[in-house]
Amino acid sequence: MDLSFSPEEVAFRDEVRAFLRDELPAELSDKVRRGAELTKADMERWHAILNGRGWLAATWPEEHGGPGWSPVQRHIFDEEAALASAPRIVPFGLHMLGPVLIRFGTEEQKAQVLPRILDGSDWWCQGYSEPGAGSDLASLKARAVRDGDEYVINGQKTWTTLGQHANKIFCLLRTSTEGKPQEGISFVLVDLDTPGIEMRPIKLIEGGHEVNEVFFTDVRVPVANLVGEENKGWTIAKFLLTHERTNIAGVGFSVQAFEQLRALAGRMRRNGKRLIDNPLFAARMAKVEIDLEAMKITNLRMLSDARKNGAPGPESSMLKIKGTEIRQELNDLARRALGPAAAPFPAEMLEGNEALVPADHARNAERYFNNRKITIFGGSNEIQKNILTKAMLEL
Amino acid sequence: MDFDVSEDRRMLADSLNRFLADRYGIEHRNSVAYDAPYHDPDRWSEMVELGVLHALVPEEAGGFGGTGFDITVVFEALGRALNPEPVLAALISARLLVAAGRDVEDLVTGTSRYAAALSEPDAPYEVEDIATEATADGDGWRLSGRKSVVYGGHLADRFLVSARHGDGIGLFAVNADAARVTPYGMIDGGGAAEVFLDSAPAELLMTDAVAAIGDALDAGALALCAEAVGAMDVTRDTLLDYLRQRKQFGRTIGSFQALQHRAVELAAEIEQARSITILAASRLGGDGGSRTVSMAKNLVGRTARLVSEETIQMHGGIAMTWEYSASHYAKRLVMLDHQLGDTDHHLERVMAAYAA
Ligand SMILES: Cc1cc2nc3c(=O)[nH]c(=O)nc-3n(C[C@H](O)[C@H](O)[C@H](O)COP(=O)(O)OP(=O)(O)OC[C@H]3O[C@@H](n4cnc5c(N)ncnc54)[C@H](O)[C@@H]3O)c2cc1C
Repeated sequence: MDLSFSPEEVAFRDEVRAFLRDELPAELSDKVRRGAELTKADMERWHAILNGRGWLAATWPEEHGGPGWSPVQRHIFDEEAALASAPRIVPFGLHMLGPVLIRFGTEEQKAQVLPRILDGSDWWCQGYSEPGAGSDLASLKARAVRDGDEYVINGQKTWTTLGQHANKIFCLLRTSTEGKPQEGISFVLVDLDTPGIEMRPIKLIEGGHEVNEVFFTDVRVPVANLVGEENKGWTIAKFLLTHERTNIAGVGFSVQAFEQLRALAGRMRRNGKRLIDNPLFAARMAKVEIDLEAMKITNLRMLSDARKNGAPGPESSMLKIKGTEIRQELNDLARRALGPAAAPFPAEMLEGNEALVPADHARNAERYFNNRKITIFGGSNEIQKNILTKAMLEL
Repeated sequence: MDFDVSEDRRMLADSLNRFLADRYGIEHRNSVAYDAPYHDPDRWSEMVELGVLHALVPEEAGGFGGTGFDITVVFEALGRALNPEPVLAALISARLLVAAGRDVEDLVTGTSRYAAALSEPDAPYEVEDIATEATADGDGWRLSGRKSVVYGGHLADRFLVSARHGDGIGLFAVNADAARVTPYGMIDGGGAAEVFLDSAPAELLMTDAVAAIGDALDAGALALCAEAVGAMDVTRDTLLDYLRQRKQFGRTIGSFQALQHRAVELAAEIEQARSITILAASRLGGDGGSRTVSMAKNLVGRTARLVSEETIQMHGGIAMTWEYSASHYAKRLVMLDHQLGDTDHHLERVMAAYAA
């Protein structure tokens, strides 16, 4: 048993740290630390910096422009980036569509689409969920009907994250109603400029705009936009799910959040003392720190298993459940630590001398409410438990 | 033993519930709650005419209530409707004024608006750790300091301010135009303000105000418990409706045992929260009253967070949206714990008796 990284891995970590120190713009990490909304330009800027170094498409093989990292290297990069408050990589093109095309796409599709993801020419969004099809994704209804060498699409997608910035969407669409619902689904690429598409914003609980509804009325796309075989889209969706699982525990975010919390609790005051000296609050912090220490090792253990066995197994569902619970608990404490000062909204209303709390924490309540999403999307925690139940009880 | 609400109070609750459903429906509520001035002057006047403020004040002082149960009846109704108007500010202020032997006629009729400016950035929940200073100035006084997240401070004509003088903590009245006031909205709706006092002229109301402030804050904390109970009842009903209606995998999600048991747990916790609130109402101002209010605020704080988080989770994405009313209930239920002492603060007050 040796819990430490190899010398090569340590060297890699140092290289990543140096890169982040030198290349990550302070304006961006400031915004991330404060939980402020990143603009489209902010996200594109960070992508471009990573692309310049060849580190943008972490999950792609080298021949397509990936860095050729091992799972451990990817993990190290994710952790270090989170600790440095780097913006998250927008996953839809890079972590989702890219790997799908590399595995299932035609040579032409790869040649056309992949470079434009890397250089930022295209912004992809994910069109899976529908109002009636969330956890039960296979019941999706939006249809693509073949007409000559075109598909005609009608229906609705929803929860489309950052669709307002996108010019492309990859969709799961129903191409057959025969057999099991899973057997009539196809994976189709759609240009959002195509006539008949309307996108409407959805306002979230804390007031932010990050998701959208997308309506399709007689939208015509070339059959060449089909990825893989017709009616075999479910295989792709399942493949993608394992890819969505990289960095699923979000340990780096939690470590960073814990450090921020510790600093905050050292500044806020209760009963004439620092909050961190209050035994009840300190106990809450200590509990989550213990969970987090264990999580780091659970995460590495599963990473190491995945390295041995190829793909992550159903245990990755445990990482999602525990990892998101820890993040949400940290969000809870960060909000709680502010006392009454968590409520003023929007927080930027109070600045300078009038600021109630350190700028990094002004949006703690917003962040807490917004992050309730992490146990819902990407397969809710209940669905993760169903997956584990099936595997553990061999049902 | 009789857990029925008295006839008078039931009538007040009924008319208030009807009024709020009619005049502060969720869409109107949201526009009042989130857009400056976080207040609807016309409907507020109607609410005052219904006797909402009179109910918070004892008969001797010109009201028709003022007991724990009067407070809980009013605030439970306010909670059901998620009402953002500054009734809490009026309650705490009225209690302080009555304790100081002042007339509250202008307060209960809505002629003047008061806000209790007690909390400070470094003493958010503690009455006695404040830094605001009072100095005698001829016949009057002058106050300097900062009062923080003053509920209702965005609308107040007059602030009731705690400040330290030579011999302890007193209560003072300061006209709003003598202070610098920065108003703002809150994430769960409604308004508050930062109140900056720079040698502001003040009138002394009470030289030793610690006990009176403690009592007023107990009443306020009880009110918040009742508000939470009202909001939790509505939230639970919304959740149960959704569990009955929403289908995935060809069946209602309420048919999944993984959700059923959690919904039942919520319902049971809400009943526990209601019970401790009733107990606290019965003891308000009497023996063990303060400690029981703290028990209630602690249990309600824990329960409200649970109800909020579980309601969102069991809805899936929909309760994450602004358009869906449960999201606003969820915000209020969590943020209630940031007002007048959070779960930990009140747990400490409960624990304090062990050391004695
Ligand atoms: C902020 C946000 C961003 C999103 N971004 C995207 C995106 O970019 N693209 C996209 O396609 N989708 C996106 N989603 C959608 C997301 O994947 C769905 O919300 C998720 O799959 C849950 O579906 P639902 O919301 O319809 O809830 P439902 O499936 O209706 O679930 C409701 C509740 O029932 C539970 N439940 C359901 N089935 C079972 C069962 N069998 N056993 C036990 N419990 C069950 C769920 O866990 C949940 O608690 C996003 C969602 C959110 C909130």
